[in-house]
Amino acid sequence: MTYEFLQQYWWFIVSLLGALLVFLLFVQGANSMVHSIGRTEDGQRKVLESTGRKWEITFTTLVTFGGAFFASFPLFYSTSFGGAYWLWMIILFSFVLQAVSYEFQLKKGNLLGTRTYRWFLVLNGIVGPLLLGGAVATFFDGSNFLVEKASLTDIGAPVISRWANASAGLDALLDPWNLVFGLAVMFLARMLGALYIINNVEDEDIRSRASVRLVGSTVPFLVFFLAFFVRLLLKDGYAVDAQGVVFMEPLKYLHNFLAMPLLAVLTLVGVVLLLYGVGRTIFSNSYVKGIWPAGIGVVIVVLSLLLIAGLGGTAYYPSNADLQSSLTIANSCSSEFTLRTMFYVSLLVPFVFAYIAYVWHVMDRK
Amino acid sequence: MTHLLTVDPTLIDWSRAQFALTAIYHWLFVPLTLGLALIMGIMETCYYRTGKQFWKDTAIFWQRLFGVNFAMGVATGIILEFEFGTNWSNYSWFVGDIFGAPLAIEGIVAFFMESTFVAVMYFGWQKVSRGFHLASTWLTGLGATISAWWILVANAWMQYPVGCEFNPDTVRNEMTSFMDVALSPFAVDKFFHTVTSTWVVGAVFVCAVSCWYLLKRREQEMARQSIKIASIVGIVAAVLTMATGDFSAVKVAEKQPMKLAAMEALYNGGEGVSLTAVAAVNPFQQPDYAKGEEPPLRIAIPNGLSLLATHKADGYVPGVNDLLNGYARADGTRELSAEEKIERGRKAIAALAEYRKLKAADANDARLPELAEQLKQDMPYFGYGYIKDRAELVPYIPINFYAFRVMVGVGTLLMLFFFIIGHIAWRKDITSKYRWLYVAALVMLPLTYLASEAGWIVAELGRQPWAIQDMLPTVAAVSDIKSGSVAFTFFLFLVLFTVLLVAEVSIMCRVIRKYNAEKPQTSTDNTYV
Repeated sequence: MTYEFLQQYWWFIVSLLGALLVFLLFVQGANSMVHSIGRTEDGQRKVLESTGRKWEITFTTLVTFGGAFFASFPLFYSTSFGGAYWLWMIILFSFVLQAVSYEFQLKKGNLLGTRTYRWFLVLNGIVGPLLLGGAVATFFDGSNFLVEKASLTDIGAPVISRWANASAGLDALLDPWNLVFGLAVMFLARMLGALYIINNVEDEDIRSRASVRLVGSTVPFLVFFLAFFVRLLLKDGYAVDAQGVVFMEPLKYLHNFLAMPLLAVLTLVGVVLLLYGVGRTIFSNSYVKGIWPAGIGVVIVVLSLLLIAGLGGTAYYPSNADLQSSLTIANSCSSEFTLRTMFYVSLLVPFVFAYIAYVWHVMDRK
Repeated sequence: MTHLLTVDPTLIDWSRAQFALTAIYHWLFVPLTLGLALIMGIMETCYYRTGKQFWKDTAIFWQRLFGVNFAMGVATGIILEFEFGTNWSNYSWFVGDIFGAPLAIEGIVAFFMESTFVAVMYFGWQKVSRGFHLASTWLTGLGATISAWWILVANAWMQYPVGCEFNPDTVRNEMTSFMDVALSPFAVDKFFHTVTSTWVVGAVFVCAVSCWYLLKRREQEMARQSIKIASIVGIVAAVLTMATGDFSAVKVAEKQPMKLAAMEALYNGGEGVSLTAVAAVNPFQQPDYAKGEEPPLRIAIPNGLSLLATHKADGYVPGVNDLLNGYARADGTRELSAEEKIERGRKAIAALAEYRKLKAADANDARLPELAEQLKQDMPYFGYGYIKDRAELVPYIPINFYAFRVMVGVGTLLMLFFFIIGHIAWRKDITSKYRWLYVAALVMLPLTYLASEAGWIVAELGRQPWAIQDMLPTVAAVSDIKSGSVAFTFFLFLVLFTVLLVAEVSIMCRVIRKYNAEKPQTSTDNTYV
């Protein structure tokens, strides 16, 4: 295993975890619609009971995604989290609210009341996917940061990574394309949430309301996603040459798809699977398994997009403030020794997936 | 380049305060998760073996309390992980090559196990077999314990960095031995000391809740059986905590002598140093250690500290001034003075700057190997290069002094408590006439939490100013953020965590008051079905 292979391998693992996280945002998506899908107290309880069995996995995937990024690409961890402070803090804050709300919402003596905790879940259901999507969009649109490793030798100001303005990351939300992708992820989470509820809750009223929400989320999702995707193919991208010099390349991401046709095919297949899952659920009252093809499709599409962002001589976390500060998988990764050690640990991942799948199967069987 | 910010001392203070706040809140919930996991696992095993409904009801009751507490542990934990990046970005790059790995392994190996099987534990009573459910309960606890292992590996590495080497080309430390990191003696001691202390917390919690029932003359059989199990767990755990604490003290004496000196308010060391039991150290100001005056009203055990720190009655233990002024070690080598270390640190930083400058100009410059060698020689003192004044090297003595005594004092009291309550529960009828014991158990609960937090205060405040011992002080580890932003999030989390803590305690009191008489409020609360 060469160092280059290990870098690519770990980019793949991080991308896979990111893709799984986006799929698992169905928990957030369903929660964001708890009032409209559940409507009655009993209905809301059913929705939250259903997502309540899965929220820990979404949460754990987010934590593992962070841990894996830290272990494999620590310069991203230090630059993005340290720089875009407010963006990440708001995301974390919303996830903290979510974590306690499930357990506390219906307990007597919970201090804030059931309605408050449910609104916390709605808040997380909207803000979490929106801002996570916005953060991921910066992989393609860049952020305003500077990286200067020599700063460590400046005793008075030894910080290596700095944000180039005082916004602490909130400037990402001023870029309309980041918002467009954030909205696409938010509506995607709602689509997946509706599909999950249709599959997981045996209640015809809830299913029919979820079906309506599915249509209502699919339309804006398609608009936002297609706008972002078409623009992605046509925009200049952040390329890096063999010497590590970053430069702007016209149609970079289109070139990446053409250079890696497997990813182009996978993206297409993923989109088709997503649309198949959604379409069949909408048009067939008896079909409730749409979450599976749609979910698989989402994982494939997000995985392909993240691979396109980092592979093929591309800077995955570009800097708009200083192009040469941009992060590539080569200049931001851990040492060869650490990546190799972590490679062996990552071999446990299929085993982890296997027992999760088994336990879910056991718990969900009728 | 023009720097946007010169590191602001208030930023460091707020960043430290925020991390401390999050860690202290997190540690209110984690010990109970780990401790209760063991006890409810034992109770459910009793149900599995006997098939008696009594044991199922008892296990379910403790699992309901576990569930309320578990969510808060998870919620506060996620902030801690990401704060390494948000608030300590330089740290994240400087040692991320080593530090990130345990966090990632924690996620892959432990968190998924914990989060998968905890769902079975809550929701699975009617969905899976008794054996599957029992296995899930134990796997939830095992996952939490493995999680503790990896996070304590990471913490131990900050106290005693091993298995790594500085790379001037990447400007960071890189891992050279995974086994040295994962099985560092600091990590092993820390794990056993910490985890056994959480069993103590769990045992005290069970005893306290059970004694409340006995005080109210309710659920007496459940309380009696719970105390019997908790007292055994408590006795074993308290003895192990004490023993592993002794091992930890020896390690601290070897690798973090300034922490030990602060814990003991030992200003001038020597051979055959006594162990302070009590002394009137002013809690509100750093003592004038340079004068070397003994704290007033000191009562000490002769040779006790030497014995504790070196396992020899006449062993040499350096004091604060010895560590600042330098001293001769037993092996004939000399511990450098603070100024000498700072000088060596500055030389290391200067060598790194020169190395990078030359390398940027010409990667084959003949002076590079010499500079790399110089850097290597001075690297053990790298972090001292950021220290401006020797006083920065001394942690705040009063808080370490008193926190250590709270931890040890309450720990000793707990051993006595478990022996007494265990003896009465196993040999006598504990359900009547022991009102004083019931009250004592209720008093021990907050004291135990205080001792548990005090242990972490000693571990973390005692190693100041270091984020990583001798390698990186907090001033060089911090992110480039406005101190106002960190102050704002500090208060945000303070309010949020406090409200949620009050809510949790309120819910727990409600669950305890109702025991299993109250039907579950919802199917998301269907541990009792």
